[in-house]
Amino acid sequence: MAEVFQAIDQFPVTLKTWLLGHAAGVMPEWALPLLSAALSITPILAVFPLLFALTTVIERKGLGRIQNRRGPNRVGIPLTNIRLAGFGQFIADGIKSLTKEDIVPRSADKVVHFLAPIALLIPVLLTYSVLPFGRNMVPLDLPQTGLLFFFALGASTELSVFMAGWSSRNKYSLLGAMRAIAQMVSYEIPLILSALTVVMIAGTLSLSGIVESQAEVRFGFLHSWHLFTPWGLVGFFLFLTAAAAEANRTPFDLPEAESEIIAGYFTEYSGFKFAIFFLAEYLGLFAMCGLGITLFLGGWLPPFKFLGFIPSWCWFLGKLVALILLFIWLRGTLPRLRTDQLMGFAWKFLLPMTLINLFVAGLWHLSVTSVPMTVRWIGGFALLAIPYWLLGRGFEAKVGKREYRFAN
Amino acid sequence: MTLSFAILAGLTVGSAVAAMSLRNLVHCALGLVLTFAGLAGLYLQLNAEFVGFTQILVYVGAVAILIVFAILLTRGTEPANEPAAVSPWAGLPVAVLAFLAMAAAVLASPVGKRLAAPVPEVSVKTLGQKLMTDYVLPLEVLALLLTAAMLGAVIIAMKDKEDLQ
Amino acid sequence: MTPLSGYLLVSALLFCIGLAGALTRRNAIMVLIGIELMLNAANLNFIAFWRFSEHPETQTGLMFALFSIAIAAAEAAVGLALIITIYRHFRTANVDKVEAMKG
Repeated sequence: MAEVFQAIDQFPVTLKTWLLGHAAGVMPEWALPLLSAALSITPILAVFPLLFALTTVIERKGLGRIQNRRGPNRVGIPLTNIRLAGFGQFIADGIKSLTKEDIVPRSADKVVHFLAPIALLIPVLLTYSVLPFGRNMVPLDLPQTGLLFFFALGASTELSVFMAGWSSRNKYSLLGAMRAIAQMVSYEIPLILSALTVVMIAGTLSLSGIVESQAEVRFGFLHSWHLFTPWGLVGFFLFLTAAAAEANRTPFDLPEAESEIIAGYFTEYSGFKFAIFFLAEYLGLFAMCGLGITLFLGGWLPPFKFLGFIPSWCWFLGKLVALILLFIWLRGTLPRLRTDQLMGFAWKFLLPMTLINLFVAGLWHLSVTSVPMTVRWIGGFALLAIPYWLLGRGFEAKVGKREYRFAN
Repeated sequence: MTLSFAILAGLTVGSAVAAMSLRNLVHCALGLVLTFAGLAGLYLQLNAEFVGFTQILVYVGAVAILIVFAILLTRGTEPANEPAAVSPWAGLPVAVLAFLAMAAAVLASPVGKRLAAPVPEVSVKTLGQKLMTDYVLPLEVLALLLTAAMLGAVIIAMKDKEDLQ
Repeated sequence: MTPLSGYLLVSALLFCIGLAGALTRRNAIMVLIGIELMLNAANLNFIAFWRFSEHPETQTGLMFALFSIAIAAAEAAVGLALIITIYRHFRTANVDKVEAMKG
């Protein structure tokens, strides 16, 4: 029985080696690495854009339910009466955006305007290459620099946002781009600092190494995810907050606040280019969620040892879908922040909290053998809860009661 | 000379020329970004992965963003009717002479013919241990410098009190 | 394999492009970009000499490059802050027009 489960678990890997083995006889020597790369890339390019397509429908339906309406429920399979509860919507949306006219403003900088969506999509897609999707399933295992690779590519998306906003020659585009860059630069620091705690404990920058560092089994059934520590729990929520800001998700979606600046940096984009922006934004969110899963939620590891028979890639995808649903729920629930609140939150709350969290993680690591478990837990939480309370109070006092100048 | 080196070197030098010679300042900044990316590629080719990705993180993610922000904040500084550069006869000969001197030195030196040793064992762990032991003083000085630079930049760029009122 | 001289020539070329730009362009930001290019050329030299050295395991060149990247970031921040202040004061970022020593 165990062999069957293991065969299902390793099915993508065995399929790849089988295909490569057969190709070795037919293809020339130099083409084999290319084929191997193509075989790793194809599943990523198939799974994640499909997940994006389904997410757009689920998001619209979920938001509809939260707002007490139905959301899309008409489009099914074309030319039949099968409606699939509206899950054909993404095909219709895709056809629509592909056939729409591509409008470029007359005064726009045509070359930069054309390059911006491509320059956004490529780094986002490249980030997927270091994520471990399952046991032995990392397209590009960088044993020394995996996490740094991810963050370096994440940082280079800011520039394409600027390219889009500047080349459109539109004040709303430029304002949106400036807002987006300021926000991404500010939230990158807490994002990296909260991920750094895991690097400190695991002692490696390799993402598959980080997953393996969580494989230890406690109490006979529980895998030691980094989430199950005081610093990991706090770090995960700090990471998630910063990731939401980095991916421009509500409540941090000021760069495209439609009530203020139309659609931010992609105001002047239409048709296929807009679709690419939309795709890149969601793929960026998925990659961030995937990184959060790898760092804190045990990657492809199951929570309990006895659930290990479920294939590892199912665990990764399941956790990913759960986090996506969480972000949809947040979008339906929370209102948008103001720009000053957004910046204040990053610099005055998230940054000190991540620094304190780094300190707590260091203490946790140093007291592994010398201090009993309960003391470490209580001490760790106390060290995190007190600054949280103080910072939170200070933050609330600064924001103050809102005055409605025109309503009163 | 390998093909990948030729491509990366061509990209780096070509985009550097673009960064220094284009009229539009934002185009120059984008050319500079390409140069940074090309250099990161050269670092990767030299087995310096950590420095290569740090290069992208710091230069593309931070320095380039700073530069484009500064360009936007000082807009309208190069009127269209004015040449973007002073007469090229002032700087170009100096640069060409400097290049010829350096190229002659490089080509004459026996060190230049050296081929790379087998890939050295570099791990981020030993890099970090070195930073915390042999290089701890430079590291602390650098931390101080970065803090001072950050405070200094904020204070310099902050508006004067009279301006605000 | 590319010999060391290939990397050194690219670095020298990069340095001279930066030098030419810094000497000829009028805008202060362009001068700063030229200086950044020269710094990067020096960095490439550090990495190349490290890789082709007899004792790469000492990692001295890598360390030097890392420190130089950090210093370049600080330099860019302060330099651009200065340019913005000069622009506010003189309403120009043209280095030839900023010549008044007083007010």
